[in-house]
Amino acid sequence: MAAETTSAKVKWGLLDAIVVVFALIPVLWIVSLSFKTPGTLTDGNFIPREWTWDNYKLIFQTDQFVRALMNSIGIALISTVIAVVLGTMAAYAISRLDFPGKKALVGVSLLIAMFPQVSLVSPLFNIERNLGIFDTWLGLILPYITFALPLAIYTLSAFFKQIPWDLEKAAKMDGATQGEAFRKVIAPLAAPGVFTTAILVFIFCWNDFLFAISLTSTEQSRTVPVALSFFTGASQFEDPTGAISAAAVTITIPIILFVLFFQRRIVAGLTSGAVKG
Amino acid sequence: MSVLSREKAASGAEAAPRAGLSEGKKQERRLGWLLCAPAAFVMVAVTAYPILYSIWLSLQRYDLKFPENREFIGLANYVTVLSNDYWWTAFGVTMLITVISVSVELVLGMGLALIMHRTIIGRGLVRTSALIPYGIVTVVAAFSWRYAWTPGTGYLANLFSPEGAPLTERASALAIIIFAEIWKTTPFMALLLMAGLALVPDDLLKAASMDGASWWQRFTKVMLPVMKPAILVALLFRTLDAFRIFDNIYVLSAGANETSSVSMIAYNNLMKGLNLGIGSTMSVLIFLTVAIIAFIFVKLFGTAAPGSSDDEGRR
Repeated sequence: MAAETTSAKVKWGLLDAIVVVFALIPVLWIVSLSFKTPGTLTDGNFIPREWTWDNYKLIFQTDQFVRALMNSIGIALISTVIAVVLGTMAAYAISRLDFPGKKALVGVSLLIAMFPQVSLVSPLFNIERNLGIFDTWLGLILPYITFALPLAIYTLSAFFKQIPWDLEKAAKMDGATQGEAFRKVIAPLAAPGVFTTAILVFIFCWNDFLFAISLTSTEQSRTVPVALSFFTGASQFEDPTGAISAAAVTITIPIILFVLFFQRRIVAGLTSGAVKG
Repeated sequence: MSVLSREKAASGAEAAPRAGLSEGKKQERRLGWLLCAPAAFVMVAVTAYPILYSIWLSLQRYDLKFPENREFIGLANYVTVLSNDYWWTAFGVTMLITVISVSVELVLGMGLALIMHRTIIGRGLVRTSALIPYGIVTVVAAFSWRYAWTPGTGYLANLFSPEGAPLTERASALAIIIFAEIWKTTPFMALLLMAGLALVPDDLLKAASMDGASWWQRFTKVMLPVMKPAILVALLFRTLDAFRIFDNIYVLSAGANETSSVSMIAYNNLMKGLNLGIGSTMSVLIFLTVAIIAFIFVKLFGTAAPGSSDDEGRR
C-alpha cells in the first residue's frame, strides 16, 4: 500500500510538473527577453547570456508607456469599482428578492456574456465620435462596465446565495439595528465574494484589446496592450523587442500577484458562477 | 439551485390574483427593480442601442472618406459582403480556428480539470500555475509566442524551423495562432469543467469501482453523464469566445496571408477602410452568426445557461 501511494505520488507529481511547465514557459520566455541586452536579443537562447535592466529603464522613461500604464490602471480601477457596485446591487436583488423581470435581467446578462464584442466596434466608434467621448477614459469605461456586469452579477449571485441571511434576522432579534446587522454580520460575510468579483472584473478590463484599440486614437486614453502594439516605431526604440517585453512583463506583474495570493478565491469565483445543473 | 426554485415559486405566486399583493411584497418588488435598474440600463444602453444603430448603418452607403455620398441603399452592403471571397475566407478561418481550438481544449481541459481536482500533491501549485494563462493579458502572451517563433530571436523557431519563418506562411501561422489560443484558454475550460467534476458524487465512483468498473468505464459511465451540463456550458462559452478571436491574430500575423478572422476584417474595414456601412454590415453578420451558434447549442443540446433556469436557456 505504501509503495502504491508513493508511485501514485510520483505519477501525480509528473502530471503536475507538465502543467506547471506548460503554463509557465511563455511567461518565462518574455521575462527572459526583457532582460536581454541588445547584443544577445536575437541569439535565440531561452536564458539570457547577459542580463540588463536597461529595457525597463527605457520604457519607464518614455511618456508613451508611462501614460499608457496610468490609463490602464485608471480605466481598469474605475470600471471595476462601478461594475462591482452595480453588480452587487443587482446580484443582491436577484438572490434575495422576488420581483417580476428578474428572469429577464438574468437572460440579458447572459446574452451580453456571449455577445460578439466586435459587433459593437463600428457603431460605438460612430456613437462615441458624435457624443465626443471617443478617445477618452469614459469611452472605454462604458463598454468595460457593460461586459464586466454579467460576470459580476453571476459571480456575486453565486456568492450571495451561500450567505446565511438568517444571521441578519438573528442579530436584529438580539437587539442590533438594521445598519449594525448589515455592517457587523452581512458585510463581513459578503466581502470575500465582492473582493473576488473585483479581481475577476479587473483582470477582464486589464486584458481588453479590441475596444482599447478601436475606441482610442491617441496616447490620451490608450491602454498598455494597445501601446505595446504601437511600440514598433523605430523613432523611439531601435529594436522594440526588448522594450515590448519589458512592458509586457510590467503589466503581467499584477496578474501574477493576484494569482499567487488569491488562487483559491479566483478558482472559487470562476467555478461557482459558472455551472449549475 | 436555489434561485431556480425561488423563481418558479415567484412565477407561481404571480398566477395568483394580483390584488392579493401585500404592501411588503410591493415594496420588495420596488426595491428589486430599483437595485437592478442601473445595471440593466447600462447593459442595454451600451449593447442594444448600438446593435440597432449598426443595423441602420448597414443599410446605408457610408464611407467616412466620402461622407457626402451617404445614402440609404437597402441590402446592397449585404450583397457586397456576402459575395466577397475576402469575407468567406475570413469566415472559414474563424470557423477552423474555433472548431480545432475548442475540440483540443475540451480534451486538454478535461485532463487539466482532472489533475486540478484529483491530484494528491501540489494542488495549490498546479491551480496557481493554471490560472496564469487565464489571467495574463492576451496581447502579452501573443507577443511571447510571436518572438518565440521569430527566426533568430525565438527558441521555438530555431528548434523547429531553422530555415523558414513560420509566422509568414499560412498553414504554420494558423497553427501557431490556434496553439496560442489553446494555451491561453484551456485553463478557463478546465475551471468550468472542474465545477462539473465537483458535482460527481464520490460515493458513486466508489460504488462503480467496487462493482469492478475500470477507470475508463467510471469516466464515461459515471462522470461524463453527471458532468454533461457543465461540459455543454463550457463548450458554448468557449465556442462563442473563440469565434470572436482577435488579439492573438492581430499580434501574431496581423491577418497577413489570409489568416484574418471575421473580427479582424470587421476591424480593418472600420479603422483602415473607414467604411462604416460595410463595417456595420459585418458587425450584424457576426452578431447573427453568434446568435445562430448559441441557438444551435441551446436547441440541440439543451444547454442550460449558467445561473439560469432551463426555460431561460431555451428562449
